[in-house]
Order: sequence, then structure tokens, then C-alpha cells
Amino acid sequence: MQSSTHASATEMAPATSPEPERVGSTWGPFLRHHGPMIFGALVLALIVAAALLAPWLGTSDPQKLAPAARLKVPSALYWFGTDALGRDLYSRVLYGGRVSLLVGLSVATLAMLGGLVLGLLTGFFRQVDAVLMRILEAFMAIPAILLAIALIALTRASVENVIIALAIAETPRVTRLVRAVVLTLREQTYVEAATAIGTPPLVILLRHIAPNALAPLIVQGTFICGSAIISESILSFIGAGTPPSVPTWGSIIAEGRSYFQLFPNIIFFPAVFLSLTVLSINLIGDGLRDLLDPRLSREL
Amino acid sequence: MAISRRAFLAGSTIAAGTLVGSAGLSAPAVAQTKKNVLRVVPASNLSGIDPVVTSGQPVRNHGYQIYDTLFGMNGRFEVRPQMAEGAEQSSDGLTWTIRLRDGLRFHDGEKVLARDCVASLKRWGARDPLGQTIFGLTDELRAVDDRTLEFRLKSRFGLLTKGLAKIGGPAPFIMPERIAQTDPSVSIKEAIGSGPFRFLADEWVPGSRAVYAKFDGYVPRNEAPDCTAGGKVVHVDRLEWHIIPDAATATAALQRGEVDWYHGPDLTLLPLLKQDPAINTEAYDDLGYMTVIRFNHLQPPFDRLEMRRAIQMAVNQVDYLQAQVGMPDLYTECRSTFFCGTTMSTGAGSEAMAANFEKAKALLKSSYKGEKVAILTATDLSWLHAASLVTEDLLKRMGVNVEVQAMDLGTFYKRRTSMEAVDKGGWSIFHAGFSVTDILDPSTHLGLRANGKQTWPGWPTDPVIEQLRDDWMSADPQGQGAIVRKIEARAFETVPFVPLGQFQTPSARRRTVTGMLKAPLPLAWNIKVG
Amino acid sequence: MLAFIIRRLIGAIPVIALVALIIFCLLYFAPGDPATIIAGDLATPEEVQRIRVALGLDQPFHVRLGIFLLNLVRGDLGTSIFSNLPVTYLIGQRLEPTFSLGALTILLSVVVAVPLGALAAWRARRAVDRMALVISVLGFSVPVFVVGYLLIWVFAIKLAWFPVQGYTPLSNGVGSWLSNLVLPTLSLGMVYIALITRITRASMLEVLSQDYIRTARAKGLSDRAIIWRHALRNAAVPIATVVGIGVALLLGGVVVTETVFAIPGVGRLLVDAILRRDYPMIQGVILLLASIYIIVNLCVDISYAIFDPRIRY
Repeated sequence: MQSSTHASATEMAPATSPEPERVGSTWGPFLRHHGPMIFGALVLALIVAAALLAPWLGTSDPQKLAPAARLKVPSALYWFGTDALGRDLYSRVLYGGRVSLLVGLSVATLAMLGGLVLGLLTGFFRQVDAVLMRILEAFMAIPAILLAIALIALTRASVENVIIALAIAETPRVTRLVRAVVLTLREQTYVEAATAIGTPPLVILLRHIAPNALAPLIVQGTFICGSAIISESILSFIGAGTPPSVPTWGSIIAEGRSYFQLFPNIIFFPAVFLSLTVLSINLIGDGLRDLLDPRLSREL
Repeated sequence: MAISRRAFLAGSTIAAGTLVGSAGLSAPAVAQTKKNVLRVVPASNLSGIDPVVTSGQPVRNHGYQIYDTLFGMNGRFEVRPQMAEGAEQSSDGLTWTIRLRDGLRFHDGEKVLARDCVASLKRWGARDPLGQTIFGLTDELRAVDDRTLEFRLKSRFGLLTKGLAKIGGPAPFIMPERIAQTDPSVSIKEAIGSGPFRFLADEWVPGSRAVYAKFDGYVPRNEAPDCTAGGKVVHVDRLEWHIIPDAATATAALQRGEVDWYHGPDLTLLPLLKQDPAINTEAYDDLGYMTVIRFNHLQPPFDRLEMRRAIQMAVNQVDYLQAQVGMPDLYTECRSTFFCGTTMSTGAGSEAMAANFEKAKALLKSSYKGEKVAILTATDLSWLHAASLVTEDLLKRMGVNVEVQAMDLGTFYKRRTSMEAVDKGGWSIFHAGFSVTDILDPSTHLGLRANGKQTWPGWPTDPVIEQLRDDWMSADPQGQGAIVRKIEARAFETVPFVPLGQFQTPSARRRTVTGMLKAPLPLAWNIKVG
Repeated sequence: MLAFIIRRLIGAIPVIALVALIIFCLLYFAPGDPATIIAGDLATPEEVQRIRVALGLDQPFHVRLGIFLLNLVRGDLGTSIFSNLPVTYLIGQRLEPTFSLGALTILLSVVVAVPLGALAAWRARRAVDRMALVISVLGFSVPVFVVGYLLIWVFAIKLAWFPVQGYTPLSNGVGSWLSNLVLPTLSLGMVYIALITRITRASMLEVLSQDYIRTARAKGLSDRAIIWRHALRNAAVPIATVVGIGVALLLGGVVVTETVFAIPGVGRLLVDAILRRDYPMIQGVILLLASIYIIVNLCVDISYAIFDPRIRY
């Protein structure tokens, strides 16, 4: 999945830093430098607001059937048109956004938490490391999206299962990232010093190491969030996504895909919302990396 | 790129012609011209090759290509001899003698003998419900000589040849004895029949492609083809099934002429195909499907008759048909337990389906105690899922506490066998689609069986309807009509299911494909390409 | 070098064994019973039980695991529950399309993305760089099946340049083989191009800031020589690593691409198997894909030695 790539991009990042980045004291340079991130943040804020405020934005029940009004093109009455069952696409896209965003956010949070815990453990405790890393390597050898499809197909379609399956599939890569950070840090003098004076490992982990792993973790989290939204749409496409009573951008596209020649509006609107969201999240992720990790500031 | 490809195709015509003739040789898929190949997108994947173990339509359709049956059915669903020359009934009606016609051969070159038929029918009879009924009434089935087989019945049974001409799966196909001796619940490993096409096993890529060649040793009847009866004359050398799971892709492939015939295009894509002057969207099956609401008679609330009647009263078939099909020229309202347009359908008692929402709501109010209603649905079948959503909407408006549980088809079949309460994994309602061959008459109509837990999920118990069915089966043709009226009237009174109207399953083919036969299943003989 | 390769190959065995174990456990503990699905609509509970016994599904965990592992060692992946054919045979039928699609995609991506990324780094924060950014972020932001439908609509239906679907074996001629693969490769390549562009740019930026590049520039070497001869060679290790890791991404995308373009590859085989709970098939294909991933990454490790003379084993 997408994140694997970002993970590696972060890991691959040069270890030495050419020249420290200066963040300007006025807004001008900041805007110029972080334009894409600010653009991303604005777009994302708009989409999140639209999803959260859906009930007050002229929507109707997204599940309400109106067989007589099926397959309408966009009009004043149906802003985005209607689908094959006469459901209002505008309402479905806004309400569907709630679930898509929830999936993205939850998967990112769960994978980050799981990866942080496992990564700290493997990085700091040699005994755990050997066993756990082998298991994670095995997990990573199974393409993440396939693992998720298998997990969902073999359990039951529900939003929770989609989230859990995607989080499980993403966790190993986060773990590897955190572990890499820990391995570097534990060689640092202050950590060695803390160990020497008998500070309990847990305290070292929480006080010295975890905070330092946080920056790359957050950057990674944003990418996972974007990737999870895309992955959810792929799961819907394969037929192993959320249940039909829960619209998501991905499931609206997947359900409407057979109409792509006749009524492109059915997939156009959810696809644009989905892509814009993931795009914004990725731009924010890139920007955050610049901000949080000056070493990497010269990357994309 | 396109030009070079076409040039390549033209050059390989001769090679294709010779390859097709030789058994077992796998001809490359592309080395064909449109002239002698029929490229078909079947409605779904051919996942197995045993038409007895699997009752699904793809395997049944595959079966009708490579196997033959003793009897066929014509377009009016009358039984006609196919492999049989004819059948004779003894004067007491207990002995049937069936003689095979001359020149029948299997694809492996062996002659078709009576004992092959005996073994094949026995294996079929172990699985098929009607077959079980037949063998339950049979004292002995034996091969008298190489070309004669004989049924000795315990009592008179008018449906014997009808059973042997059954179109719905599992169908009584004839295969060699050595293959037919396989355990009926274990899949056969060889697909050898005596039908008009041969299965090219080495070209079979499950989930992607199944290929058949014309069987040169087939001797068709010297009659005009009519449904599964009459002469099965094959005009193509090669028949390819291309499994394209994505409906949008399959449609585009047909538009581009990459395939010739799309058996079951997604209903939603029909308008697009209709616009295309190169494509003919005539249905092969004019009757199509009838969708029904099926209630769980064992669990509340639909163990109560008033509840079922309230739903029956509330249903407006047009809502369902619009959501499932959308195009009025493809659907018909049909308030009958049998297909409208067949001789069985009488419509007796159908006034109970008044589509009166207010009256229905009042009726429901008096008997509904707030129980949770679970509707099972499978998302694989768009029309089934659409019907489930319409019912959900209807029940919501009536004030019922309803939940739709969506799943894949496999899980759906499993879940609906649960007799438990809703909170223990059970269900209240599911929808099903009958093809005309499933519910041709009272003997095979799954929805009308009312022998409690032995029957199709839903498990209604009604001795009256069971008795009427028995009466029908032993009655003479004159008496049967009156009994069917009684059965229909009884069904609308006790509501084992609610009919939701019928819709045609359209089919789409390039205009170069001619000679398509009308039948409840897509038939590949008689078809010419180009 | 040889010793290194052998060591790595042996090291891969426990990982593959673990993959086998994971997938076995997953299927063992998953709810849902293949016997019911095989038995179909008309089956009685007795029949379902018979099928369960016939398939050995009634055996306890350790017996089933033992049988599975024993057969695995002998190279026997079992028989597909649905088609009754050996899993190895069914996989074998479908390797060529998937390999063709995967190899072409990697080739296309490297050919497009490495120069693009290098150029973007060289002209950092200028128009080319911005364009590369747009391409790489878009590649990550649009689901692969949406790209697929768009390509079909434009290039197959409207322009009629390429076929909509299907696969023609290479043995039938390179022309028809390629024409069937162009659209799938493009849609699958999107993410991959995005990924490689990104990593190439990042690694190049890093290399370009090194002293020896400044030296080379001071010596008066042409820009082109600097980029191709010095910088790219040094950026090759991270790029190769990402190509290797990206194979997992590629194998995931293959599933979708094969479905959209009706290509009979292993990806679709796996999805069909998962949706129908064809246990032996699922186990076989996942093991295969995991092995491919491991082997590709092994090759990448070996390639380091070629790119970077400092790395010796």
C-alpha cells in the first residue's frame, strides 16, 4: 500500500543533514515555503467540515430510496444526481466522507499506536527483537492490501473490521520505522548515560526515546491515513469493503462503476472528493516532514 | 497496434481450422477468426465441471453444451424425446421403456449405452429433489439391452419424462458409466458427454476461460431446434467462454467487438448497449426472473399470519421492479405464484396484493410487537440486493424495527439455513429469484412446499397445500387446472412468500451473431457468427 | 558473494515458513465453512458433513497443520476446492500474465520515474520539479481502478487504440501481447512512478549536496555527466531498495488491475479464492506472492554490490 513507500522514503532519507532550515520570522517566506501544505490543510478542512456538517448542508437521508428518481443527472434538485436506486449522490458523498475519513483517521491512529509500542519493544529489547522482527518480516512479505482483503473476507464486512484489517496490514511498516529510530537513539550518549546510572528501561523509553520517534511517526501517520482511504476504496472495489448500508467514497465509486460511460457523475463526484482528500493529506504529510524534521527539508 | 493485430488474425485462419479438428490440442486463444469462433461472456465463472454436485447456472449451462439429455423441452415446456427415440408406458402405467436413438457417441469415441444412462440417472437422482422423488417411486431402473432402459415404478407417476427433461440444475445429463459411478457428492474429474460440444480441458483456466470445440461425432435430430428439444446443429468450430468479472469491462469489450455475446449484461448497462447500433439486446429468455419475499415462518414476527399478510398487502411491485430493472419494457407486474404467461398461472386469490399501504399499516399495527426484523441480502446479485433495500424502506415506513444484513452469496446461502432467533444469527426475511424452470409447476415449486423444516428455508407448514400438491401430481391433465387454482388461492391466503413481479434478463450480442434460440438458458447451438 | 547469497536464501526459509503458518492460522480461525459453500443451495447437513470429512476439515488443528506443512515440503499445495485441479497447476496457468504485467510496469516506472526524479532534483523548486510533485502526489491519490476506467474510456472505447481487456500470451507475438498490456501497465504504473520519482528526487538531492559533486562541478564536468555518471550511481541504492519494497505495492495493485482489465493472472486467482473461501488456493497464492517479494528483495540486496563498489560481502 501507499504507506509502505513513504515509510521507506523516510527511512531511506539521508542521515546527515546538509544545512539547517531557517523558518522565516514573517509569514511571507513561510507561505512561500509551505504553500502546498497550507493548500492541503485548507482543502482538507473544507472536506472535513462538509462531512461533519452534512446534516445542515442541504442533504437528505443518504440511504433513502426513490426508485422513480433513479439515475438522474446533476440538477438543482439533485446536485450530484442520483444513483441506480434513486439515492441522492450529494448526500451520499457527504455522509460517505464521514466514514472514509473515519477509516483513514482510525487506521492511522491504530497503526501508529501499534507500531510505536512494537517498535519501542523491538528496538530496545534484544530478546523480543529477533522473534518479533521475523514475524513482522513475514507479515510484510504478504502484500498489505491482500492481507486486508483476506482478513475482511474471512470475517464479516463492517466498518470496524475494515479498520482493524487495514491497521494490522500497516502496523509492521510503522514498527520498522520506529525500530530504526530507536536503534539510532540508543547509541546516543545521553541514552547510554541514562542506562549507566540505572534508569529503568521503561523510563528511558518513555522519557528519551518515544518523544524523538514522534516526529517521523506523525509524518508517517498522515501518509497511512491517505493510503487507508485509498485502500478502503480498493476493498470496496474487490467486494470486501464496508457493508452496503454504510456508504463510503470507495463504495459509492465501486457501486456506480458500471455506469462510467453513461452516468460519469456517479463516480466523478466521490472520486474527486476522495482524490482531493488523499492529495491534501499527502501534501500535509510532506509539509509536516519539512517542519518537524529539518534534516529532510530539502526533500519533496 | 490494432492494425497489426488484425493482420495477424487474418493470417492464422487456416491454422485455427486445423487445430480445432484435432482433439486435445490446445489452440492459442488468439489464433482464431471471428468466422468460426463464438466468444461469449457468461453470467458468471465456471468454477467446477460437475453438473450434479453443483446446481448453479454456469455449470448447468456448461452441461447443456457438452452433455445431452434423454428428453428435451420445447419452448412451451412440453417434453420431447432427445437422446431417446421415444418412451413407452405399459398399460398399467408402471413400466416405462425408453429406447436410445442410433449413432450416439461420447466425446471419447465410445458408444452411448443404456447402462451409461442408468448410472448417470442414478447419480443425478441422488442429488436432485425431483430426481429423489422419481427414484423414491422407482422399484428398479435397469438396462434391458445396449439401447433400452426400463423404469419399473411403484405407482403411477406422470412426471417421469418431465423430470428427465429437467432444465433447472441439476439436470439429468448422460455421461459415461465409469464417470457416473463417482460418489454423487464428490466432483467428477472428467468432462465427457455426448453433447454437441466437446470441452477442451487443457484450455480451461478456471476464473478466466473455458473453451469448447464442435463435436464432429454428434448426430443431431432431424428436426428444427426448439429450446432444449429438436436438432442441435452447431455452426461454429469453437466456443470460448471469457469470464470477465467486471461488468463495465465486459460491456466495453462487447462494444469493441472483443467478444460476441454477453449472456447476462448488468441490467444497469442496458441503455448503453441499446444505443449501440452494432449490438442486439434481445433476451434469450422472455420470462426471466420472478423475485419473491420469503418469510421465516419459525420465528416471530413472521410466524404470525397477520404480519405476512400486512407485508403482502403493502407491497407495490412497481417499486421493486423500478429499483431492480428500471426499464418498464423489461418488467411485468405479476401477482401469481407461477410465472405470468405460463399455463400454470391463474392469479386466483391475488386480490390480497392490493398495494394498499394504509390498510397494510393498520393491519400490521394490530399484530406487530416491536420485534427486530433482519433482512438477509447478498451484494453479488444487484437485483436481489435492490429488492432487499426496497423491502427495508417499506418496512421502515410501516414502523418496523428493521436491519439489512449484507453478505456474499456463499454466506447468504449458509445464513439462511439457520432456524434460530434473529439475535442468535437467524433471520426474518430474504429475497430470492426464481427462474421459470424453478417454478414451472407445483411439483418443482420450492416456494410452495409447506412440509415444515424439511423444505426450503422459510419452513412453512401447511398440510392443505401439501395435499393439493400430491393431488396435482396424481391427477390427469384435465383435473390439474382446478387444483392449481386452489393452490394459488391457498398461497395468497397463507403467504409463504410474496411475489414481486417478473423481469426479463436481457442478453446482448453483436449483430453478427444470429440464430439465437429462445430458451430459459443461453444455448450455443444453431448460432452463426458473421 | 556466493556465500552471501546462500546465507540470505537460507535466511528466507524461516520467513516463508512463518508466512505459511500465519496464513494457515488465519484460515483456520476464520469463521465460514467452505464445505457449506461447496455443498450449495440444496445440500442437507449430512452432505455438508460428508464434504467436511472428505476435505479433512473435521480434523483438529495440529493434524491439519501437520498435513499442510508436510505437503508443502513436498511441493504439494493441495487441490482447489472448486475446480478440483491441483493448486500448482492453476497457479502455473496464471504466472505468465502476472509476470508480464509486473515486469512491464517496473520497466516503465523506472524508465519514466528515474529521469523525472533526477531532473526534478537537478531543477529543484522550479517548473519541472513542481510537475514531478504533481505527478507523484496524484499517483498516490487516485485509486488504481479509477485510472483504469479512465484509460479504457479514452484509449479503448473512444480512440480504439488498444483492446479493452484480456491477455494474449507472448508466444502469439510481441505485438498483440503488448497491445493488451499497455493500458493495464499504465494504470498500475501510476503509483509506482509516483513512488520512484519521489525517492529518486530525494536521494539525488542528498547526493547533489555532497562535496564530490561540487568538486566535479568545479572541475567543469557537464551537468549531464554529473547527473548520470556520479549522482545517479550513488543514488541507486535507495532507488533499488524502493523498487524492491514496492513489489509488495505492485502485487497488491495487480489484483485490482487484473480485475479491471480481465487479465487471467494470480492476483485475480487469489481474490476469487478469498471470496469463495478456497482454502488451499488462498494458501498457495499467498505463499507464492510472499516468496516473490522475498526473492525480489534478495536480488535487490545483491544488486547493491553492483551499484556501490564499497559494499562487499
